[in-house]
Amino acid sequence: MSQGIDAGPPHAATVVARTQESPTIFTLQLRLDDAATQAAYRFAPGQFNMLYLYGVGEVPISIMSDPEERDVIGHTIRAQGRVTQGLAALQPGDQVGLRGPFGRGWPLQEVSGCDVVLVTGGLGCAPVVSVIRYVLRRRERFGKLVIIQGVKHAEDLIWREQYDRWATLPDTQVLVAASEGAAFWPWHVGRVTELFGLANFDPDCAVAMMCGPEGMMHAAADSLLARGLPESRLYLSMERNMQCAVGRCGHCQIGGAFVCRDGPVFNWGEVKALLAHRGF
Amino acid sequence: MNTPKADPIKPRVAVHKFSSCDGCQLAFLNLGEDLLTLAGRVELVHFAEAGPLDPDTDVDVAFVEGSVSTAEDLERIQHIRQHSGLLIAIGACATSGGIQGLRNGVFGENWVTQIYSHPEAIASLERSTPISSHVKVDFELWGCPVSGPQMLAVVNSLLLGVTPRDNADKVCTECKRRGYPCIMVTRGIACMGPVTRAGCGALCPSLGRDCYGCYGPAENANTGALAVQFRSQGLSPEAVVQRFQSINSQAPVFLAAADRIRIKSHD
Amino acid sequence: MFSSPEPAGFLPLDQLHALVARLMQLGYQCLGPAVENDAIVMRELDAPDGLPRGLQAEQAPGRYRLTTDPQHRYFAWANGPQAIKPQAFAPQESLWRVERDAAGMLQFEAVVPNAPAQAIIGVRACDLAALALQDAHFLREGRRDPHYAKRREQLFLVAVQCAEPGATCFCASTGDGPTPTAGYDLALAELPDGFVAVSGSAKGAAVLSALNLSAANAQQVDAVRQQGQAAAAAQTRSLPGRTLRDALMSRLEHPRWDEVASRCLACGNCTAVCPTCFCHAEIDGPALDGEASRHERIWDSCFGESHGHLHGFNVRPDIRSRYRQWLTHKLATWHDQFGRSGCVGCGRCIAWCPVGIDLTEEVAALTGSGVSHE
Repeated sequence: MSQGIDAGPPHAATVVARTQESPTIFTLQLRLDDAATQAAYRFAPGQFNMLYLYGVGEVPISIMSDPEERDVIGHTIRAQGRVTQGLAALQPGDQVGLRGPFGRGWPLQEVSGCDVVLVTGGLGCAPVVSVIRYVLRRRERFGKLVIIQGVKHAEDLIWREQYDRWATLPDTQVLVAASEGAAFWPWHVGRVTELFGLANFDPDCAVAMMCGPEGMMHAAADSLLARGLPESRLYLSMERNMQCAVGRCGHCQIGGAFVCRDGPVFNWGEVKALLAHRGF
Repeated sequence: MNTPKADPIKPRVAVHKFSSCDGCQLAFLNLGEDLLTLAGRVELVHFAEAGPLDPDTDVDVAFVEGSVSTAEDLERIQHIRQHSGLLIAIGACATSGGIQGLRNGVFGENWVTQIYSHPEAIASLERSTPISSHVKVDFELWGCPVSGPQMLAVVNSLLLGVTPRDNADKVCTECKRRGYPCIMVTRGIACMGPVTRAGCGALCPSLGRDCYGCYGPAENANTGALAVQFRSQGLSPEAVVQRFQSINSQAPVFLAAADRIRIKSHD
Repeated sequence: MFSSPEPAGFLPLDQLHALVARLMQLGYQCLGPAVENDAIVMRELDAPDGLPRGLQAEQAPGRYRLTTDPQHRYFAWANGPQAIKPQAFAPQESLWRVERDAAGMLQFEAVVPNAPAQAIIGVRACDLAALALQDAHFLREGRRDPHYAKRREQLFLVAVQCAEPGATCFCASTGDGPTPTAGYDLALAELPDGFVAVSGSAKGAAVLSALNLSAANAQQVDAVRQQGQAAAAAQTRSLPGRTLRDALMSRLEHPRWDEVASRCLACGNCTAVCPTCFCHAEIDGPALDGEASRHERIWDSCFGESHGHLHGFNVRPDIRSRYRQWLTHKLATWHDQFGRSGCVGCGRCIAWCPVGIDLTEEVAALTGSGVSHE
């Protein structure tokens, strides 16, 4: 794929903007310090970078910006572990290290002319938001756009205004569910799986892309396949422990696949057998 | 060293002692030159072993050595918690109750009268308990004593503004990285390494000695399987119990392991 | 014997030191067998005649005891806990470092290992087969690991035919031994009066020719062949010759996984001594003055908590899933990655497991193929 800056040490990058999306979720817009490296940087939606926090370590973060946006690289991050908690404290002007992009992105070339169904849970929406933006910028190339998003609590939904806006667009369906609602919550209260039946797409010409908790993706897959979507058109992005990002350190293996290298995006058929067993 | 720091404010640090032998404070002091480098990056406001004394002041980070073992300890730990941003328990006493936890459940008046010439001077609680039994602990550093490199790593993480890295892997992982052949296998020695938390750098195995569990239980410690192996190596049930009832006798995993063997051998 | 196109030479017993001397002369740090913690380990020889004689070890599940070879041979021992792996895939090493420059800006730089030229004397066919797998992993086309590559290219490997396999050995069944057939610079087979020697590389050929050996005669070559056959026949353990991929992947919920988990300590010793295991963690070591940090890799194990750690949950929280990950990776999904099993039959995971869990026995129990040793 792209000629990344992934071998060897990271490259220095500077935080050019920081947005707090929710109490624990934030977005860092990064620019590589070396102008030529930034100019040459290319990625595909669904790929990820390794972000390095000085003295602490690296963490894999999917890229949420649009690939055509050439001057910054966007990352939406939940402050959860050592590195991400430290990244949360960074302000514009602070530096990080960046390696990437890594892995296989979404099969956007194959989707042309067909409906796009996006199913996400929790922060799973970050890698998929780059797909939404990709599709919206190239609207004529795709059929209907169906965005299905589930969150545990209404407050966990980030980019709420964007969902509101997307819902008003032609040929675009937005289905959002929160297991626990809140005041003025306009969407469904309950499990996101209850919304699959409402999704409006043509199973003969659609591609579904999923990202989020594995249980949710399982339920989504069952439902979409039952609606007649062929397995070959069902994709998911996997999350595993990734430390080297180049298929070397061994942590992210699921069966024979290295998620960092052979994924993180897989066809459903490639991983469904092992997803049925806890522990892979 | 001369580059401008993003944040020139030095965190205020205190080192407090409870019921303990001072060995963990010595682990700090034994850092030598490293301690001096470190001292340039923090403000040590209370550290009795090293000099500064100001136990009541507000600090960003309090390191607490020792277990809660007296009525006075009970009050003091609450006071320290209220005056500390982060509280870090260091060493076996602070994390599991320590060697003095061996008295828990067997501490009676007749012991005190037998051991001490002035039993009236002894005012201990019945049980020696870890700091986390009394107040919220932000991070625990196990070991008897804790190791210098471990302490440095914790302080470094705090200076970087992140949670220290918790390594709950077994001693064996460090032992094998260092290339020491397993003495359980070559000599049939009952080694606690396979159930004990890493951090010491496999110090005892490096000297051909068995690990005696001073860093406390590792994650997923299969004490039952190790006890079976110890028995097949010729240890009596009592000897196996003693392996688990040592420095960290009150750590729940080791306590349960010993209890299971006691119950079994009474069946 | 060793499938070398070149004729075999004969190195008389009292000339073994000449080989070591030649390697030392060429600048190699020579590693050979030595005893540490009552095990045979590879350590630097301080003199050409420093190779010990008569060392032997008795191996069984969870058991390794030094013994003495009555024939007083140099290489009558089967294998120790490690041979080549730590020399090519270092247990701990820096990958890169970062420092703040005078303006406080981050400067990253690669760390190139300072790997000495090393000759390892006494490696076995299983070790060479394992090294080929480590090569396939770390030197993968388009993604060479520079640290492994640097150490690897510095190695000079003197292989030895196994004449006395341990009771834990089963390389004959995996097709990886006991006679070395590839991957060495020099290969030796020990006979009562000397060594039949062949080269496997240009480097090895140059060393051999400098020794001016006479050609091995037909009886000597035949004795080596017979010795190899006898060593294969003496092995009491085995893995099934067929691919175990489907047999294991169709038994992921077999009750045996729970049973073995009740015995397994999840200490990771098997993965540390396994010559093909490649997992490693990456950690940072910040300098105390706050001005620099080293990014290091250390050996890791799928038996540890951090291996499957994700924020929010652990992919493999229990010993059952960790043992299953190890065994299915080694014997099943390794086929998908490298076109063969990840087990070379060295038996180290059996001998060095503190509680003596026997991989061949677990496979037999899982696949119902019957316990395969007498």
